[in-house]
Amino acid sequence: MSGSIQDTFFEECEELLEATDEGLTAIEGGDHDPEVVNAIFRAVHSIKGGAGAFGLDDLVAFAHRFETVFDEVRSNRLELDPKLVQLLLRSSDQLSALVEAARDGGQIDEAHNDTLLAALDEYIPEEEEDLTFEPMGLGAAPMVDLGDIGGGEPAEPQEETYRIRFQPLKEMYGTGNEPFFLFQALKDMGELTVKLDDNELPGFDAMDTSEAYLAWDLVLVTKELRSVVEAVFEFVEGLCELSIEGDGDAEAEANALANLDAMFSTPPATAAAPTAPAAAAADAAEGEAPSAPFEPPVPAPKPEAKPAPAEEKASAPKAESGKQEQRGGPKPTLRVELERVDRLINAVGELIINHSMLAQQIANLPVSDTRDVETELEGFKNLARDIQEGVMAIRAQPVKPLFQRMARIVREASSATGKTCKLVNEGENTEVDKTVIERLSDPLTHILRNAVDHGIEKPEDRTTAGKSNIGEIRLSASHRSGSVCIEIKDDGAGVNRPRVKQIAIEKGLIPENAELTDAEIDNLLFAPGFSTAKEVSNLSGRGVGMDVVKNAVTGLGGRINISSTPGKGSTFTIILPLTLAVMDGMVVSVADQTMVVPITSIVETMRGSDDMINSLGADGTLLSIRGNFVPICDVAGSLGLYRESDQQAGVYLLVETETGQRCALAVDDIHDQRQVVIKSLDGVCGEIAGVAAATILGDGKIAMILDPESIIAASPTAAAFDTERRMSNAS
Amino acid sequence: MQAEVKQTDQEVKHAEHSEFVSFTVAGQAFCLKITQIREIRRWSPVTILPHAPADVLGVMNLRGAVIPIYDLSARFGLQQTEASERNVVIVVSVHGKPVGLLAESVSEIISINPDDIQDTPPVDSRNTMEYIQGIISHDDTMVRIINLDAVISAPEQVML
Amino acid sequence: MKTKVLAIDDSRTIRNLLAATLEEAGFEYHCAVDGRDGVDMYPDVDPDVVITDINMPNLDGFGVIEELRGSGINSKVPILVLTTESAPELKARARGAGATGWITKPFDDASLIFALKRVTGAAA
Repeated sequence: MSGSIQDTFFEECEELLEATDEGLTAIEGGDHDPEVVNAIFRAVHSIKGGAGAFGLDDLVAFAHRFETVFDEVRSNRLELDPKLVQLLLRSSDQLSALVEAARDGGQIDEAHNDTLLAALDEYIPEEEEDLTFEPMGLGAAPMVDLGDIGGGEPAEPQEETYRIRFQPLKEMYGTGNEPFFLFQALKDMGELTVKLDDNELPGFDAMDTSEAYLAWDLVLVTKELRSVVEAVFEFVEGLCELSIEGDGDAEAEANALANLDAMFSTPPATAAAPTAPAAAAADAAEGEAPSAPFEPPVPAPKPEAKPAPAEEKASAPKAESGKQEQRGGPKPTLRVELERVDRLINAVGELIINHSMLAQQIANLPVSDTRDVETELEGFKNLARDIQEGVMAIRAQPVKPLFQRMARIVREASSATGKTCKLVNEGENTEVDKTVIERLSDPLTHILRNAVDHGIEKPEDRTTAGKSNIGEIRLSASHRSGSVCIEIKDDGAGVNRPRVKQIAIEKGLIPENAELTDAEIDNLLFAPGFSTAKEVSNLSGRGVGMDVVKNAVTGLGGRINISSTPGKGSTFTIILPLTLAVMDGMVVSVADQTMVVPITSIVETMRGSDDMINSLGADGTLLSIRGNFVPICDVAGSLGLYRESDQQAGVYLLVETETGQRCALAVDDIHDQRQVVIKSLDGVCGEIAGVAAATILGDGKIAMILDPESIIAASPTAAAFDTERRMSNAS
Repeated sequence: MQAEVKQTDQEVKHAEHSEFVSFTVAGQAFCLKITQIREIRRWSPVTILPHAPADVLGVMNLRGAVIPIYDLSARFGLQQTEASERNVVIVVSVHGKPVGLLAESVSEIISINPDDIQDTPPVDSRNTMEYIQGIISHDDTMVRIINLDAVISAPEQVML
Repeated sequence: MKTKVLAIDDSRTIRNLLAATLEEAGFEYHCAVDGRDGVDMYPDVDPDVVITDINMPNLDGFGVIEELRGSGINSKVPILVLTTESAPELKARARGAGATGWITKPFDDASLIFALKRVTGAAA
């Protein structure tokens, strides 16, 4: 049970940290709206509250300090200058790190933590801090003392008789406290006799219903400590006249009263909280007693403080809330188990397939006039599309939280490398499938670290180059013709091509005399095992190369490209499918089989004629397209399929691989372009070279969805051509 | 292997009379326990899986699910079936996943007394020995009881 | 009759913790996600006791107390304030608004139940 609550806590922390980041980013951008500050305060406060419940002391301590500084800000005692904002941003990062460490059981950088705590402390006024702990000292100490004196060794609880005189003030009744319930709580501790003293009750005529006239004399025989007995009256402290006399503890009582007196004379403390450890210490000292911090008495509320309905309208919190309501607040949301949404997505996928089947069967019917049916069927199709889009929209989420996390990554990377960078986010509200977002986190992190580490120059170098000393990285998201485009653009030095090439040669990735185009050199960054750092830096190094990034992106059915201009910077472009459940495909036939090629990888399609085909060597063929020669890859051959009919592959799909290599996929025919539902082949069969997944077509047949990249890799012609060209360029 | 077959055998023998579906594969009679069978469908052309071994015919759409279809004959080391509309696909459930098995035709449902099941006599074909759990005599013909788990191990492992 | 608790807190974690403890102890548990939600739910739930957080969006804990006390629906319902602070100022303010008592976060089961007992008389 508590495990799942703890999971909830960490989930909630994610949201709260996002809210904190979002607020801080707004503040950084100059928005000092009190509600923004309030929202951050609440978020950090909630993290502290939850962390306390799970005994995450480091997190509580840090959140407390963070929150206290924010309290200063929201009370207008502290101004948000850029230096403080930077500290708060770093503190927010540290808070995330602490949450992560608590969740995953990792280590935190203690020194860094201490540095930040100390830095935060500088913004907390001395007295504030003293007062933070003083009330606790006052509150807890008397209970401990009383316990010690009254009970001696806590191990031997002795029966004690307490005489209690309890006379509520009229203010008590306004707080919802009922004497009867207090007595019941006492009764649970031992034997209780209650005697009502109504001597002060005036005659009926003179009675003022708002006055309190009653008093009670109670005798309690219990083994409980005096502190426990007192704790029963915790909530009515200051709202009643109370005396508790224990037999044989007159001296102790005198001490207690002295302590209480001391408390009464304490000026009302103005701030904040005792910490959890302090409370725990008090608990420990009390033995089994419930932890109910002793309340320093507060001035009894004045009658006019009691809310009268008319006055209430003008009261502060109400007015505040009114303001918030006007602002609209967040839209209401509904939390749904992901599995339910996925079931729905599957069902909608079936619906779409079902529609195409119906359409096909109706077309095959020996009925002359099917116009009416077709009209209805068209309506069905549109509805199905609507439902599908609606369901997909449920899974779609804005990239904003992801981008916000990236801002943190850039800050961390900047401070680790001693560079100054800012991340500018664009298109944060672009919505992308949830799984895509989740799986984008690692590649983006890597690219951004890389951009800070290798792309952005040191401030002095930037100044020399005539650039602003602050490096800028632009992270943008946009929808582009049915795909999602994520771009990471830095204004750094660009790819150091001579260096990249030299490393590639050293690592044996390319022959020493290879002549490569700029684009080819840039793409070497994605080659497995490539790292340009002179020594493995503790940042983008970590033994992971950009090849991992590329794999992650292709794993999502996407593509990644790099372009770079020396001295101006580099741009990584990631093109991703909108969703992992459906995709746009070109339906083709290959060796009497119907197959689907993802539209995203197709540059153009063309019907070939004999004069376009040129032999190269024994069995290599090249397609000439407007004077360029592109290797032809016969899909059937690559898949190990043989044509039964004489039909020749006469249609070419020009595709481009991530390395910028172009290839003409030869297929038998092209049918049409349509949206297909992706069916995974996991568990149906093992991995098949050249096949990414399957789909179900309108006739109910299954069609393979091809993976052009691996088809080309498996094609001897294309691969050979690539090597040959390199070698011939080199000679 | 031998020990395993024996054990399964024992289990079968302790059971009450159970119903089996008998069918022909490459002219020989086989059967499967009726409870192992989800449904029987008429053969319709399947979608070929590239690079698949000879006994994997391809995949078929079973109410929206993609299921692999195996040629039992090829699986048993007999000649490959030239599948036609006269043939049937027996859909069974292996490790909770549906799998289709191509057979020539389905014969009948037979009730078998577990005591009548005989151990497979040792023959020279290892293939057959692995896939057959036992044999029985029914209407003077020998019917081979298929050991489904041996025919279709975990779907992922089968393929490549 | 089970004692009905209406808990108002914007933190899911705290709501879950309260739910676990209270349901285990035999209370009937209802929850609201912020102050406004809590005040809106109040008439429907008609609880025996309200537990409310202080720092919440859309009407904070003080606002909740004031609205409930001023509503006349049941101006006597016990209201316990849930707070990470045992800061006297906050408590004084809450009490000034009409709070019955308070529970300091982090709370343990015993102190939560003890607090409820003192304001509702309910052992569970």
